[in-house]
Amino acid sequence: MLTDLSIAGAAEGLRRREFSAVELVDAHLDGIEALNGRLNAYITVVADQARAAARQADGALAGGDVPVLTGIPLAIKDLFCTQGVRTTAASRILGNFIPPYESTVTANLLREGAVFLGKVNLDEFAMGSSNATSAFGPVVSPWTRGDGASLVPGGSSGGSAAAVAAGLAMGATGTDTGGSIRQPAAFTGIAGIKPTYGRCSRWGTIAFASSLDQAGPLARSVEDCAILLGAMAGYDPKDSTSADRAVPDYRSACTRSLRGVRIGIPKEYRPEGLSPEIEAMWESGIAWLREAGCEIVDVSLPHTKYGLATYYIVAPAEASSNLARYDGVRFGERVAGATLDELYENTRAAGFGAEVQRRVLIGTYVLSSGYYDAYYLRAQKVRALILRDFTEAFEKVDALLTPTAPSAAFALGEKMDDPVQMYLNDIFTVPASMAGVPAMSVPAAVDAKGLPLGLQVIGRPWDEEGVLAVSAAIERAAGFAARPTLRAGVGA
Amino acid sequence: MSYVIEGRTGPWEIVVGLEVHAQVVSQAKLFSGAATAFGAEPNTQVSFVDAGFPGMLPVINEYCVAQAVRTGLGLEAQINLVSRFDRKNYFYADLPNGYQISQFEQPIVGTGKILIEAPGMESREIGITRLHLEQDAGKSMHDQDPTRSMIDLNRAGVALMEIVSEPDMRSPQEAAAYLRKLRTILRYLGTCDGNMEEGSMRADVNVSVRRAGEGYRTRCEIKNVNSIRFVSQAIEVEATRQVAVWEDGGVVDQETRLYDPQRGETRSLRTKEDAHDYRYFPDPDLQPLVISKDWVDGLRAELPELPDAKRDRFVAQFGIAPYDASVLVAEQANAAYFETVAAGRNGKLAAAWVTGELFAALNRLGVGIEASPVKAADLGALLDLIADQTINGRIAKDVFEDMVETGRPPGEIVASRGLRQVTDTGAIDTAVATVLAANGDKVAEYRGGKDKLFGFFVGQVMKAMAGKGNPALVNEALVRALAENV
Repeated sequence: MLTDLSIAGAAEGLRRREFSAVELVDAHLDGIEALNGRLNAYITVVADQARAAARQADGALAGGDVPVLTGIPLAIKDLFCTQGVRTTAASRILGNFIPPYESTVTANLLREGAVFLGKVNLDEFAMGSSNATSAFGPVVSPWTRGDGASLVPGGSSGGSAAAVAAGLAMGATGTDTGGSIRQPAAFTGIAGIKPTYGRCSRWGTIAFASSLDQAGPLARSVEDCAILLGAMAGYDPKDSTSADRAVPDYRSACTRSLRGVRIGIPKEYRPEGLSPEIEAMWESGIAWLREAGCEIVDVSLPHTKYGLATYYIVAPAEASSNLARYDGVRFGERVAGATLDELYENTRAAGFGAEVQRRVLIGTYVLSSGYYDAYYLRAQKVRALILRDFTEAFEKVDALLTPTAPSAAFALGEKMDDPVQMYLNDIFTVPASMAGVPAMSVPAAVDAKGLPLGLQVIGRPWDEEGVLAVSAAIERAAGFAARPTLRAGVGA
Repeated sequence: MSYVIEGRTGPWEIVVGLEVHAQVVSQAKLFSGAATAFGAEPNTQVSFVDAGFPGMLPVINEYCVAQAVRTGLGLEAQINLVSRFDRKNYFYADLPNGYQISQFEQPIVGTGKILIEAPGMESREIGITRLHLEQDAGKSMHDQDPTRSMIDLNRAGVALMEIVSEPDMRSPQEAAAYLRKLRTILRYLGTCDGNMEEGSMRADVNVSVRRAGEGYRTRCEIKNVNSIRFVSQAIEVEATRQVAVWEDGGVVDQETRLYDPQRGETRSLRTKEDAHDYRYFPDPDLQPLVISKDWVDGLRAELPELPDAKRDRFVAQFGIAPYDASVLVAEQANAAYFETVAAGRNGKLAAAWVTGELFAALNRLGVGIEASPVKAADLGALLDLIADQTINGRIAKDVFEDMVETGRPPGEIVASRGLRQVTDTGAIDTAVATVLAANGDKVAEYRGGKDKLFGFFVGQVMKAMAGKGNPALVNEALVRALAENV
């Protein structure tokens, strides 16, 4: 089935004219038509635009030499501004905002020939780990467990993950601030990589926490992620935090030998009460890498335990400032008021959901005069120590292996009452975000309920190739073959 | 003589510090490529970055950084090779991002100094605390519509230099002299046009009063004063108000005030309790600003000659008085004009003509030196005509007035009007003889000891010669003629 193909496979098929780009795109649009009502993965579907782009791709394919993603249908997280296509950040506050510009990452994908199917759901402003905070309703995971409960796809790139897992797109863009690519990838049994901070331009991507936000791909294989990342990445003079470094050939890194590669196992990622299933998956991963020729080394990242607390100061602080521009004055939703202050209060009260409001309040508090030193400044110092942990560990090892999340996907409604329980989901993903280092989740096993679990590979700054190589080895060894219940052309 | 306010209970000294916002001369804004021209149609010079659109990011404009460094060098200030941009967070309708990008902890320029001078005042050094780069906000207009406010974002994101002085000034005159000098330096450097009417230079004035020998008392900040005259007035009015508060047993509250020139008073804008909590933090969209010493040295090497150096050179090179020199260098165009006039001529005479006749004429005409009807080369030529005795000083003034009126070169005026000085001693002797013959009584009085009448004879002879007599020769001839026949 066309919707089961990998990007690498589909690109091959398109070039051999085994099927057309129009057929490929139509197969995905049919899947969306059939399943999006249940999954709520897409906020906006641009079927006509996608078909037009597919026809153009077919024309190009007939002409011969075409860029790598020609005719490949993708889903775009609705945090990337897309010219002429409504962009919502899954918030009411943006109203019917139609960007007059294209984000650098999506422009790069278009340049490589990709076809966009539409804009996919997320936690509001990417703030969440369950995709339950979207103003457009929660995304439901295509996976199910015995009790029939609807499961979360993880977040914040939950729409991206659900769409890719269910075959409603061949790949998707995501953004990762504290785990927003890796955790949903793990929850939905797909791969996802957060590259080094600065590898992908943030220009045109709606900001959550500027010093942490980083775009990356989600796809059903490590190689597909490598292909997508290669297209998305690159220096952008419009983003002062973008790195002026050449983008390597990520795809070829996926087949690299791991002989002699040193893999660190950080002891701090084995907290009290870690689920035995997670523990067992981790042990399998260690065994697979040892078999692949890796040397396994115990390492310590002593400041890991402060990661989450630090993250929940830094990220809300930046968010409180980044979201100040949503004030009802120039674009987006406006709820009138008698005074300017009332306009702000009414607009922001109506426009932002509870989780966004909570984080804006936390962020405002930690930056307030009298609290700045105790919270924000101290958090920055701890952040430097977390980075130092990684720097020191990478003097001994080439990559780190950890679980991606402390559990499999939970049901919608679970963990929703206690924000702190929800925040704990990010405990293994946040440190790499704080350090800005590349990290990837790759599906490794299923738990007793048949739900996917992911392993996380963390690499040196700028060494996405090493991360991809280790992840690909795990992928080969794991032979992960489980598929979600709901997927294009199957479940209905 | 120091400035004091005489209160009921004795004299009070005033303490003034200034924060000047100077708009950077640059084609583009501080963090966007949008244009910065003054007076454009509202909202026509706005990029998506300036308007705070989702996903937009700031990119520092290198030219604005160079302008700030040039200014720092002009203030003989420390240039910080590493500085940082912070966000100053507050909500206002004309602040699109909900924060202003500024430099809080680590400004690009550190401590420096400005030498101020004014007539009747010793020249004094005023300390500069810092200079930092920041974005301007847009403009809110509340008078365009009965119920709605209008916003113009043309100015939003334009680069400003905030130049903060030490609280070193002790009189309204010193504050005015500081602003004039700062403006002169900025204009020399080409980093700010210093145009206070257009708002490209605005001052926040910090004022407190104290008894001689005391430490500082609480200050008030008077926001956004937009002319040098108003700054002086506001300081005086505010200091007087504070003296009254203290003398009535009250306490001056730290607050932000507004100067109302119509009523000649300052009014409270917001108290310390209402002060914004700006929640400064480093802007995560921008890397620390790192510049190299070589780059700074390159800018230093290309700096123009600055007013203090130029004044010293004028004194040394042209032998003119330091005060005249500082008047001449206050505007670059005046200094350049003077140099053209003075080159190869008598510097003192050139200075006297430029600061005297020329400035008076320009003042009368209400034009700047750029629009002077008398070109520098022509004024120089006039001085040459005096020097080579073609005309005398009195005639020169007539010729100058003609030049102001007609713009004709002096040589042409002298020739066409026949103003050439008479040095023919025969003609002078004839005129002298005629005058003495017609004033026999006065001659007698003079010879009787009334020496003062000599001036009368000179005047009469010059009148008879239509002013064209060479004054020295006329004198000589008169002395000789009056001495004869005794």
